Amino acid sequence: MPSEWIARHDESLTLQGEWTLANYQCIKAELRQQHISQATGAISLAAVTRLDTAGAVLIVELIGIEKAHSVSIWATELPKVQQALLIRIAEAMQVPLNVEPPAYSRINQALADIGQYMAGLWAQQRQLLAFIGLVIATLFYLVWQPRRWRVTASVAHIQQSGLNAVPIVALLTFMVGAVVAFLGATVLQDFGATIYTIDLVAFSFLREFGVLLAAILLAGRTASAFTAQIGAMKSNEEIDALQAQGLDPIELLVLPRVMAMLISLPLLAFVGMLSGLAGGAMVSSLSLDISLGQFIATLQKDVSVMHFLVGLSKAPVFAFVIAVIGCLEGFKVSGSAQSVGEHTTSSVVQSIFMVILIDALAALFFMEMGW
Amino acid sequence: MTHSDKPVTPHNPPVINVRGLVNRFGPVVVHQDLDLSLEQGEILGVVGGSGTGKSVLLRSIVGLKRPDGGTVEVLGTTLNALSEAERSQIERRFGVLFQRGALFSSLNLQENVALPLIELANLPREDAEHLARVKLALVGLPPEAALQFPESLSGGMVKRAALARALALDPDILFLDEPTAGLDPIGAAAFDQLLVTLRDALGFSVFLVTHDLDTLYAACDRVAVLSQKRVLVVDTIDRVAETQDEWIQDYFHGPRGRAAQRAHNALPTITNLQE
Repeated sequence: MPSEWIARHDESLTLQGEWTLANYQCIKAELRQQHISQATGAISLAAVTRLDTAGAVLIVELIGIEKAHSVSIWATELPKVQQALLIRIAEAMQVPLNVEPPAYSRINQALADIGQYMAGLWAQQRQLLAFIGLVIATLFYLVWQPRRWRVTASVAHIQQSGLNAVPIVALLTFMVGAVVAFLGATVLQDFGATIYTIDLVAFSFLREFGVLLAAILLAGRTASAFTAQIGAMKSNEEIDALQAQGLDPIELLVLPRVMAMLISLPLLAFVGMLSGLAGGAMVSSLSLDISLGQFIATLQKDVSVMHFLVGLSKAPVFAFVIAVIGCLEGFKVSGSAQSVGEHTTSSVVQSIFMVILIDALAALFFMEMGW
Repeated sequence: MTHSDKPVTPHNPPVINVRGLVNRFGPVVVHQDLDLSLEQGEILGVVGGSGTGKSVLLRSIVGLKRPDGGTVEVLGTTLNALSEAERSQIERRFGVLFQRGALFSSLNLQENVALPLIELANLPREDAEHLARVKLALVGLPPEAALQFPESLSGGMVKRAALARALALDPDILFLDEPTAGLDPIGAAAFDQLLVTLRDALGFSVFLVTHDLDTLYAACDRVAVLSQKRVLVVDTIDRVAETQDEWIQDYFHGPRGRAAQRAHNALPTITNLQE
């Protein structure tokens, strides 16, 4: 069967038709089928009607680089522009194009990966501690210079991460409060102690849930925002520009965010406690026959203000940890879009992890102290 | 210098035909009744002061910005009248090099160039990556660069890699936005040369937005000057340089313009060599 692209007479080949990207695979298949890998004999390109880079690559591979270079001598019938293309492609293909990445054995690779991961983990913790130190040092240095406080930036961040988060925090804690009240009622009913549902809701929200839920929400909502903001600035070289002008990114970018979180999170924790109690009160009055007045009276009688203070004392710590992790991960971003994504994920995971870890340690501490 | 190498054939319809284009951003009018055409196989340089809407013009032609008025006809069809699928067919014949390269940062260079070959030309990965490596070598990148990621490259290498990606599908029209900005003079000259060689060999048309006077002299067949919200003049560079307009005079006859002109006149042109 006469081929569309290659005609063969003994050793000599005649190439014809459209040698273009659209036909690349067909031509390649045909070369394979006809067992042609290197043209040895005479070759004619006169009948090639169209040629693009993909076709030129095939031809150069077929005739060899040497011969492609001298195309103007043996293929005079080919238009000048196509000769130029062949010569260009041959020049480009002169150096070996295949570069293999260095290969290691699987075991070595696995060991190296584990080592690298552990070293990375260790470096990350050191980096976090160093960054916390840096932020605290800058904070103390600037406390004495009120003129350099970034009030506007801080207030803007309070609005974004505090005020705008009030509805979601309130809604979430309200629902969890209702759930806790239902749970308590179910368990305590068997002992005829339904009234203690009030204590259950109050203790859990004042000591733990109010602040913990607010902190976890902000870790997801604000830590990620901080990382993405600072990360985008980092990849746009804005951080470098600040430093090159002698401005301190910690002072300009990190402190306003940390201050905003230190102010927002305690307030949000308070909102969380209130609306958790409200959720409990609603369930109590609607399905447990405990009136609102009774609920409030029991609260005042049974629950000391100590529990409220214990819960709220954790809020600034959580706030600081979330803000610092969010900012630090932002600074770790390198140029690519992928890196922004990786570090945003990492900042959310890390800050939620740290919040829960600190909360567990604090619970132990407060229990031992009998507070 | 290569103008005469590939004469513009007047009977072919223009590949791009912009008529009465209007572009606005809110109250700011960028283009008002702008007319421009790109002929088959020519390299058209588009110049203009900052903020005259060169990039906006490019974006409205490739369909990234919907014009507020007028028609943009590309390869004989009006882009805005097409359905999504038909449009995609036309856009496949474009190669665009963005100002800052816009390489995909999560892919290495070889994958960046191979992506359109795999996705649009349906080549198997192995073949696509082979062609991608040839394209990367064609634009003058060393073989090791194929496995590197864009973030580890210099600005000049990013530009070259972006050109390789724009050329991946052997486009009919190549759009270049400031291709030589950020390249060293040697790299920029090589880029101009490369552009002319590839155009001569592949016969594509080039829409070139640039500030580089050397590129205008070395590579462009015609030059269009954008000013006062429209195309002020479009002609061969020598004739454009003679136009009586303050900005054009400053641009072509300022210190840099004169230097570029001298360099251009001193060089033997290809036509002279052939004679």
